[in-house]
Amino acid sequence: MYDTSDIRKGLKVLMDGHPYTVIEFQFVKPGKGAAFTRTKFKNLLTGGVVEKNIRSGEKLEPANVEDKTMQFLYKEGDDFVFMDPKTYEQVTIAAETIGDDHDLMKDNIEVQVLFFNERSVGVTLPNFVLLRVTGTEGGVAGNTAAGNVTKPATLETGAVVAVPLFINEGDLLKIDTRERAYVERVKG
Amino acid sequence: MDDDRARLRGRILWRDGERAGLRTEAGDLVIAAPPGARAGDLVDGHEVVRAHPGGEYPRPDSEVARLPRARLDALAARARATAAVRAFFAARGFVEVDVPLRVRTPGLEVHLDAVPAGEGRWLITSPEYQMKRLLAAGLERIVAVCRCFRAGEVGAQHEPEFTMIEWYRAWADLDAVLADTEELVAEVARAVRGAQAVVVGDRVIDVTPPWPRMTVAEAMARWAGVSALDGDEAELARALAAAGIDAGTARAWDDLFYAAFVSRVEPQLAALERPLVLLDWPVRLGALARRCPERPGVVERFEAYIAGVELCNAFGELVDPVEQRARFEEDRRQRAARGKPVHAVDDRLIAALEEGIPPSAGNALGLDRLVMLVTGAASIRSVAWFTDAEL
Repeated sequence: MYDTSDIRKGLKVLMDGHPYTVIEFQFVKPGKGAAFTRTKFKNLLTGGVVEKNIRSGEKLEPANVEDKTMQFLYKEGDDFVFMDPKTYEQVTIAAETIGDDHDLMKDNIEVQVLFFNERSVGVTLPNFVLLRVTGTEGGVAGNTAAGNVTKPATLETGAVVAVPLFINEGDLLKIDTRERAYVERVKG
Repeated sequence: MDDDRARLRGRILWRDGERAGLRTEAGDLVIAAPPGARAGDLVDGHEVVRAHPGGEYPRPDSEVARLPRARLDALAARARATAAVRAFFAARGFVEVDVPLRVRTPGLEVHLDAVPAGEGRWLITSPEYQMKRLLAAGLERIVAVCRCFRAGEVGAQHEPEFTMIEWYRAWADLDAVLADTEELVAEVARAVRGAQAVVVGDRVIDVTPPWPRMTVAEAMARWAGVSALDGDEAELARALAAAGIDAGTARAWDDLFYAAFVSRVEPQLAALERPLVLLDWPVRLGALARRCPERPGVVERFEAYIAGVELCNAFGELVDPVEQRARFEEDRRQRAARGKPVHAVDDRLIAALEEGIPPSAGNALGLDRLVMLVTGAASIRSVAWFTDAEL
């Protein structure tokens, strides 16, 4: 068990059956009262953030969670197969566990897989990925006047993102996975 | 060049090949140094301290010795604030006293942890016991500006070693001490900032007296939705549950109270545009305060908050030796129940109360927090000459 003096950023704890990580904490102590640690936790399953005031002397249960770097191998139906490059151990993760970003994953990309009680519960992509445009229409003149200076482009993984009008099929794009947003065109 | 050097007063900090770094009255500079000079050698009258490890000068991590400008400015402001505090009390006829920092019996309060000082001594958590003995000894207006020590308190508003301004007025009530407090803060703000205002984040807070007042009962009812402050633990726990306040495993009355206070009242105090004086504390949070003769259930105690910063805690002092001993014994039981060191009752303090202390009121105000407010510092570490982490 952890006590309040163990609280620091990144500490993983179990509350109400869910794993949480500490994202912020502050020592609070009324002059005549007990000390509290005002702590913000992020739910590792839902991403939701909760704040709790943990009184000195209270205990926190450690969460059995582990972050592993794994390589995306291939898609199998609605499932995605990953491999630990150190042990060659493979895991299969459903698209719904990965979330909306599964269509930004290209073969062989390295991602962070979160395990909770030995079970994979989440996948975090690198902040930026490079993906090639497989389909986009030419820029339509006249649209810019309405402030519409982007157009949709389909990427090699199937994702569709908004890109500037000068982007052509075959271009290699840097994509911010957190925003699902075009960053820039890169050579290659 | 030789003439310039002759005028330099300072010392050589480092040597690196042909160059040497010099710290002079006028600032740091680099001069040519004869090859082969080693630590202890004299170069143009300057002693070589040690060979330079190479790389940038000053080193990027050199703020251990060279404090950043903002910290130096804050510390200069701290010195002005301290001088203003002393002048304030001197002008009002207070005697500044020195208290021992190593004592046999540190504060017995359940939520304060004293630091052991060896030889059966502890460092004081507050100068209160010794100052009350001085009140009994016949001094009527006393102030101490002294270091206090509280184990385990580290945060944006806490350092385990900090400075307390503590003052007592004999033959006076809590209102007189509240007036002192308001005027003191306004005076220090004027001395440091030239205006009766303090700075918290991007907010400027007017500290012109008098400050708004509110009772603890009203603050708890308004902001925490809890009004059962006269009942027992079970009743308070039910009120917290009804208000949707998570008190964790808290069972003791004061832990329940502070769970509600910290989660619901403090955030509201932080948002206020003016200081707030919280008055009329429940008897259970009485500590060393006397019961309020007109209002049953509360003690003569106030705390002043500025933008959520708890600046001070004041009492109409408990001077009844029998009740004082009973409260100390209760504190000792609580400490034992929580597995904390159980310090002896200060018999000399009790003896002083038995001989008689005039009706008195006193306040303990954190100098570091006052300096934070008048300099706009976000952390107590920014206004400390040395922080615990820098030792």
